[in-house]
Amino acid sequence: MHAPASDGPLDAVVAAAGGIILGKERQIRLALACLLARGHLLIEDVPGVGKTTLAHVLAKLLGLAFQRIQFTSDMLPADILGVSIFDRARGAFDFHPGPIFAQVVLADEVNRATPKTQSALLEAMEERQVTAEGRTRPLPAPFFVIATQNPAHQIGTFPLPESQLDRFLMRIALGYPDRAAERELLAGADRRELLAGMSPGLTAEQLIGHQESVRRVHVADALIDYVQALAGHTRVSADWQAGLSPRAALALLAGARAWGWLAGRDHVLPEDVQAVLPGVVGHRLRPADDLPAANAVQRLIEAVPIP
Amino acid sequence: MAATRTETPALAAAQTGWLLAIGFVALAPLAPHLPGWLAGATLAALVWRGWLAWRQRPLPSRWRLTLLVLAGSAGVGYQFGSLFGQNPGVALLVLFLALKQLETRTVRDGLAIVLLAYFLALAQFFYSQTIPAALATAAVAITATATLLSLTDARPAPAAQLRRAAVILGQALPFMLLLFVLFPRVQGPLWGLPKDAGSGLTGLSDSMAPGAISHLSRSDAIAFRVRFDDAMPERAQLYWRGPVLSEFDGRTWRPRRELPRATLPYAEPASGGIGYEVTLEAHGKPWLFALELPGATPELAFATLDFQLLAKAPVLARQRYLARSYPLLRAGADESPALRQQALALPAGSNPRIRRLAASWRADARSDGDVLRQAQAFFLRQGLIYTLNPPLLGEHSADEFLFDTRQGFCEHFASAFAVAMRAAGVPARVVTGYQGGEVNPVDGWLTVRQYDAHAWTEVWLAGRGWVRVDPTAISAPTRIDLDLAAAVPAGDPLPLLMRAEFSWLRDLRFRWDAVTNTWNQWVLGYTPERQRQLLQRLGMPAPDWRAMTALLAALCGIALLLLTAWILRRQRRADPLARQWEKLSRRLARRGLGRQAAEGPFDYAERVARALPAVAAEMRGLAALYARLRYAPPAADRAKTLDQLRRRVACFRP
Repeated sequence: MHAPASDGPLDAVVAAAGGIILGKERQIRLALACLLARGHLLIEDVPGVGKTTLAHVLAKLLGLAFQRIQFTSDMLPADILGVSIFDRARGAFDFHPGPIFAQVVLADEVNRATPKTQSALLEAMEERQVTAEGRTRPLPAPFFVIATQNPAHQIGTFPLPESQLDRFLMRIALGYPDRAAERELLAGADRRELLAGMSPGLTAEQLIGHQESVRRVHVADALIDYVQALAGHTRVSADWQAGLSPRAALALLAGARAWGWLAGRDHVLPEDVQAVLPGVVGHRLRPADDLPAANAVQRLIEAVPIP
Repeated sequence: MAATRTETPALAAAQTGWLLAIGFVALAPLAPHLPGWLAGATLAALVWRGWLAWRQRPLPSRWRLTLLVLAGSAGVGYQFGSLFGQNPGVALLVLFLALKQLETRTVRDGLAIVLLAYFLALAQFFYSQTIPAALATAAVAITATATLLSLTDARPAPAAQLRRAAVILGQALPFMLLLFVLFPRVQGPLWGLPKDAGSGLTGLSDSMAPGAISHLSRSDAIAFRVRFDDAMPERAQLYWRGPVLSEFDGRTWRPRRELPRATLPYAEPASGGIGYEVTLEAHGKPWLFALELPGATPELAFATLDFQLLAKAPVLARQRYLARSYPLLRAGADESPALRQQALALPAGSNPRIRRLAASWRADARSDGDVLRQAQAFFLRQGLIYTLNPPLLGEHSADEFLFDTRQGFCEHFASAFAVAMRAAGVPARVVTGYQGGEVNPVDGWLTVRQYDAHAWTEVWLAGRGWVRVDPTAISAPTRIDLDLAAAVPAGDPLPLLMRAEFSWLRDLRFRWDAVTNTWNQWVLGYTPERQRQLLQRLGMPAPDWRAMTALLAALCGIALLLLTAWILRRQRRADPLARQWEKLSRRLARRGLGRQAAEGPFDYAERVARALPAVAAEMRGLAALYARLRYAPPAADRAKTLDQLRRRVACFRP
């Protein structure tokens, strides 16, 4: 993708994060785009490639409150949302907010929890509020969940059903670092120390402003045609078991807006759509044959002409 | 879910419905030509299949179907005496079309039915090639095509499928016309048409026994149609010469046994002819009808010494021929004495009264001409009545007609007159054929029907040859000058079309005749000769099949190109911005760098920039301009920017 990206508004943040997570600029940008589009991110990869670090870095650089929830199979919804405890002194119940009450929540290994707990998290993600004991409490803004999961064929996991996967704007994989990046990682300083030494480049208010700007990025008619053509193709093509929903098309447009804005533009290009397409549709579509999803998405891009 | 490759998908309900529909539609036009039991059985099989589909019952088992096939085939074999040949072949195909329905489970079975239906649509032409038959075939073709469409996509509604099928067939129409007009024609039909296909009836026969039948054919079937090159001669001149009967045994007139010859026994005059073209309906006899007297034999025809034209074989299919006739021509002045003698023969003892009278005419006369005049005067005096329902006559038919009953139609008149002339020693013979005809006001063609059949007399006069005398015209001149309706007494039953109260029907009939005639002339009658004429008019003086095939291929190619161009043109958007971008891509395509359909502007620019570093900057600039115009929020200077893009694309030289 060669859309011009010389003077993006968050280039400094991207560069700073790139100093810690080496050789993963594209994934950092996708994660940022996901956050700017007010979506949530699912990172699917084997342990130890830097999923948690990425979440930490983003929270730190953007000046957001960070919470980490390690999901286990014996976890209950209250462990996430919070509980009310009777305060003898006041003679009333006192709500103790759970770890979900943060601006950046890292839900680590979300597929280890039972479906009941998973759905508590996912409902909160969707509603951006928590309802407990008849009281609805809004979650902080911005609110950004980064969930990670190991590839589903590992033992003792509860894979997220499709309806739950749909709550994530994007799903990305980090992948192993390339040779040079890995060498630098091995030879360089400890990542946690570097992280501790970082200072936020933004405030939460600025971030909310940026989210507003992203929503105002212009989408031309020709581009809407393109998004429609892509969705339409998934619905008739034999490559997929089922086509993209209108919500998925909206997500694609939102992701493309954020990507274009990150590149410093006030409008969306077809290249932006193509850049976020694998992340946005990869977990929403199931290839009809044994083709890997990535290949199928590439075929989708090549099959649909840009109007 | 995963189907193996060898078996095709099972039929959906809509597809079964379509297959049943094509079964009925393909059967309908053939049913009248099938044995009744077979039409009934196929209908029953279709209804049974429909019932099974409706109640969702399983289809009959294989051995049951085998029994049905064997029984049906045996029935067809018994009916026609064979399983081979055209009629049993069609019958078997119809049977299979119906029975195949009972074992259609997959789309593949459905395809077999559709192909069978297409074939049966053609089989219909074995029996009938009229306009209604063509329309029925078109209906079958559209339904079969719609069924074929439904086998690939069963979702659209029936009306939509039919519409799509009609559009597809409509698009094939130009090619069909090209092939029809230009494909080298085969002389004669491709499959030998059965004798019964072209069998027709004629109001004429090769013998005539006046008084033996008491009513004349009132058939309004068409005998032939004529188109005159110039003006039509007047009605009283329209004597269409057919079989000449010169042998008389006292009761029946018969033609002379004689071998036909290549040319007429007289020379064609240099001028004064009437040119015309006859389209003769099939009548099962070799007779070709021509105005008296024809100048020469048409192509592929014979003539007799009696000036009759004959085809080389019985006319079993509609036939067209050109002829030229000379109404003022008198021929046979040099007739051989043997023939003249033959034309005087009368069986001994027959018709004594007219013999006595004729002898008295002869006694008073100085020449044969005088005898003729006396005979005509006698016929006029007798007050003979023209009627279509005369009483039956006994042994001496001429005597009884002239002196007793005095009622008859043309045969009575002609026979009695010829007998009288022979009795008076003047060679005479009876000529049969048609008289008159009806001008179709719609297309100006003359239509001669079976009820125009007529008989008249020819006498031989020394120095003049054979002279036509129509005794009917003496007693009932209106029969000749007007028509049958004017000649017969009021109250006599008339052919339906001639009745005054059915004038609206006649008008309708005229129109339908004109349409049918056009169809016959240009569709059924499009013979190799006609094709040659057309091609010559198109500037191919000596077309052979090679040149014609080349022309055909070229024209089809051009038609395809035009169609493709039209479709491409329709697809191309009128968007000037897209046109500029495509222009740029076309220019770069010459360097092997055409834009791919799914390539965004900047991706494309980068690819070009890598391949052609010399134009990298300009290419990136152009991409930025294009992207701004197409994807950025509309700006006030859009027109200017577009103009700039146009100029820069025009100057762009990769």
